[in-house]
Amino acid sequence: MKRILLSVCFVGLLAGPALYLRHVHPGDIVSLEQQQAIDRYGLSLVESAAAAGVNFVHTKPQVDAKLSNIEAQIASMGASVSIVDFDRDGWNDFYVTNSAPGSFNHLYRNRGDGTFEDVAVALGVADLNQPGTGTCTGAVWADYDNDGYEDLLVYKWGRPELFHNDHGRGFTRVTEQAGLPAWINAGTATWFDYDHDGLVDLFIGGYWPDDVRLDNLTTTRIMPESFEYANNGGRKYVLRNLGNGKFADVTREVGITSTRWTLAVVAADFNNDGWPDLFVANDYGSSELYQNEPDGKGGRRFREVGLAAGVGRSPKSGMNASIGDVLNTGAFSIYQSNISEEGVLVQGNNLWMPAAPGELRFTNMASAMGVELGGWSFGAQFGDLNNDGFTDLYLVNGYISGNARSNYWYDFSEITGGHKSIISDAKNWPAMNGRSLAGYQRKHFWLNAGDGHFTEVAQAVGATDTYDGRAVALADFQNRGVLDVIVANQGGPLLLYRNHVNPKRDWIEFELEGSTTNRSAIGAQVRVRWNGQEQLQEVVAASGYCAENQRRLHFGLGEKASVESIVIRWPSGREQVLKSPAVNRLHHIKENP
Amino acid sequence: MNVLSDQAAVRSAAVTDPTSPWRRFLSPDNRFLPPLLITCILLVGQVTFGMLESWSRTFLAIAVSIALELLLGRWMTGKWPHLASAYISGISIGILVRSPFFWPYALCAALSIMSKYVLRWRGAHLWNPSNFGVSVMFFLYPAAAASLSIQWGNTLWPMAVIWCLGAVIVGRLKRFHICATYVVSFLLLSWLRSEITGKPWLASVAPLTGPMYQLFVFFMITDPKTTVSGRKGQCIVAALVAVVEMLFRLGEEVHAPYYALFLVGPAARTLDLAFTRAKIVRQESPPAVP
Repeated sequence: MKRILLSVCFVGLLAGPALYLRHVHPGDIVSLEQQQAIDRYGLSLVESAAAAGVNFVHTKPQVDAKLSNIEAQIASMGASVSIVDFDRDGWNDFYVTNSAPGSFNHLYRNRGDGTFEDVAVALGVADLNQPGTGTCTGAVWADYDNDGYEDLLVYKWGRPELFHNDHGRGFTRVTEQAGLPAWINAGTATWFDYDHDGLVDLFIGGYWPDDVRLDNLTTTRIMPESFEYANNGGRKYVLRNLGNGKFADVTREVGITSTRWTLAVVAADFNNDGWPDLFVANDYGSSELYQNEPDGKGGRRFREVGLAAGVGRSPKSGMNASIGDVLNTGAFSIYQSNISEEGVLVQGNNLWMPAAPGELRFTNMASAMGVELGGWSFGAQFGDLNNDGFTDLYLVNGYISGNARSNYWYDFSEITGGHKSIISDAKNWPAMNGRSLAGYQRKHFWLNAGDGHFTEVAQAVGATDTYDGRAVALADFQNRGVLDVIVANQGGPLLLYRNHVNPKRDWIEFELEGSTTNRSAIGAQVRVRWNGQEQLQEVVAASGYCAENQRRLHFGLGEKASVESIVIRWPSGREQVLKSPAVNRLHHIKENP
Repeated sequence: MNVLSDQAAVRSAAVTDPTSPWRRFLSPDNRFLPPLLITCILLVGQVTFGMLESWSRTFLAIAVSIALELLLGRWMTGKWPHLASAYISGISIGILVRSPFFWPYALCAALSIMSKYVLRWRGAHLWNPSNFGVSVMFFLYPAAAASLSIQWGNTLWPMAVIWCLGAVIVGRLKRFHICATYVVSFLLLSWLRSEITGKPWLASVAPLTGPMYQLFVFFMITDPKTTVSGRKGQCIVAALVAVVEMLFRLGEEVHAPYYALFLVGPAARTLDLAFTRAKIVRQESPPAVP
């Protein structure tokens, strides 16, 4: 009798949860009509790149024939998007990188009527994939000389290029004069004023080692030595802005020696001490958190505290770094994307929530808050897309969409478990032969309920593409108080999702301009207090994966909002307070000298 | 891998010498040795490479294993069971299962322990409990659980730790022949796979150079409670596991070794029990009167 009873329990435990999970996760997600989506979720996204005159299709890098067996994996990066108002006409423009030899990057100028025109060739920032110079992987904007116009850094698996913005009328290449390194196989870069001298400095994160030329290899021993503990990637660079158009390599002086495989960085003040720290997401390894601290000689340095802070304990495949005040508590959470594939590899993405205000300690709450599983995830951005007062999360994913009927996962899992002498040599990797690897994945858009839970609504609100997403950026392209979504796909078309939001919901936006601090106001924080709530945002350059959001800060406020005050903390440490600013408008605020 | 405690249950007078403390320590009678050794593996793996998904998940697996063992052991047999086996099952699940969630660890532990009390024939359980638990999890819950495969840095020395500790355990039970048979079979069959598929041989061999396989080779396929009796039979079964695994691998099944042992182990054990019973019956039968 006991045996029978136990057997019944056993069978119930064996089958019950599986049946239950199948019931609660039916798999088929229904798209809603536009008005239904707005009524239910407060927004609807409509892909309208072609209608806006944007017909960009990314082309992949070309690699050495020695890598032909896994060419699709090696050539899997390069699509990026960065938002900028390069001509200061009050309309957000954007820049996208291309990667095939001879292909052109595009700079789309916003005409202000809902359409864009490509002006990259005319302004001299298009032809950056010339053979022998490497392949573009991303771009990031900031006003490095404080002349009021955003300048352009294009980073590459190759020679990084710096362009001075000539008052929105053209660009002058200043790479050599600036003293940038001759070659960096860069996975990411950002601008930040780490020493508060009023000039933005550069961080560039290497992915492949600097001596690797992917289009002209001398050896096939270029792969990571480990899938989760690799230290044979590219070096990092901290390039200090000297103020005379030149940059000095101070990487070792400031204490950064990592050679992990970096794919994303975000610079922000995580411990509320007024100085920008660095969160670095690394592929094939743990993330790093660099705390900005005095160097004892009147300058600044960085100390790696990832392990103590909790973000460096569990090695995964970090590919994204973005920040948001998820619960309106006045503190930043960090979203790091990784890899999850059913039945093979379930790393889960990380949502690093601050453990305590002002402390560099984080807890991964991705599972509890429902933003953990995102496929082979790449870029993600926080932003209040439905203007309800809570920051939402948009994630793109999908690695290689090849033959839809066969995939490479088995071979991938077989080789990546092997000894480093096997895994690190590309010739040991089985040929992909056109197969997919985490291809054709559905994107994720998680609505933040504000109570610690996110709800997945991507299909319902219209984010239905299945391209190999890399970079995603958010911007108010039509000055409507609404964040649109722009997605750069690897080997695929650029997508522009126009956002239609419940018009009853209020918003407020801020465009900041530094005076004694850097003019781009990178590092400035804004706290908005309204309806008994408070939300914190910071002006950052790079955010997500190979992406940069609009420079202005956007706050959704919900219905019938009344803003009590906003507090701006400039990088200089000065605070500026505005009482009862008007809602539903963009405020231009200049730092009081 | 709760095999280890089962191994401790094997009584072998040949290796025991009550006069030597060291021998007593290494004796199969010492049921605390295997838990101690696998705890060492756990600690080394976690401290050096952060092998575990998290301490809390592993503790959960251990707690569920021990609680269920106590409950079911007392309920089904009327006696309090020795907890070494359940402890090792919990640790094994903590090491082998990778999941961002908590519940797979609890569920896997529960299924593993329950399988010992439910899936029995002629007084013996047929599946290695951990193998049963993780195989079921990977098959039924692929979205929530994956296996240890890429941890421990892809370097040699963590495996050396497993070899050393594994050698102590397997050596005291004189079961190296099982490990050796499996490894040789795997190497030969990986060459055959490479010939069939046209993939690099080193790619086919790669899994064997990772830590998950060391745990599988030393601790899972050598489980005395679920392996057949007789040296020759054990070698045949080890080779069969490798053959079935190859078939799974040709079908591009990621969890091939677990599934191979899941199928071959109980089948071989059932046959072994049947033959052993028949042999005993034959021996006990009076000789036929001419």
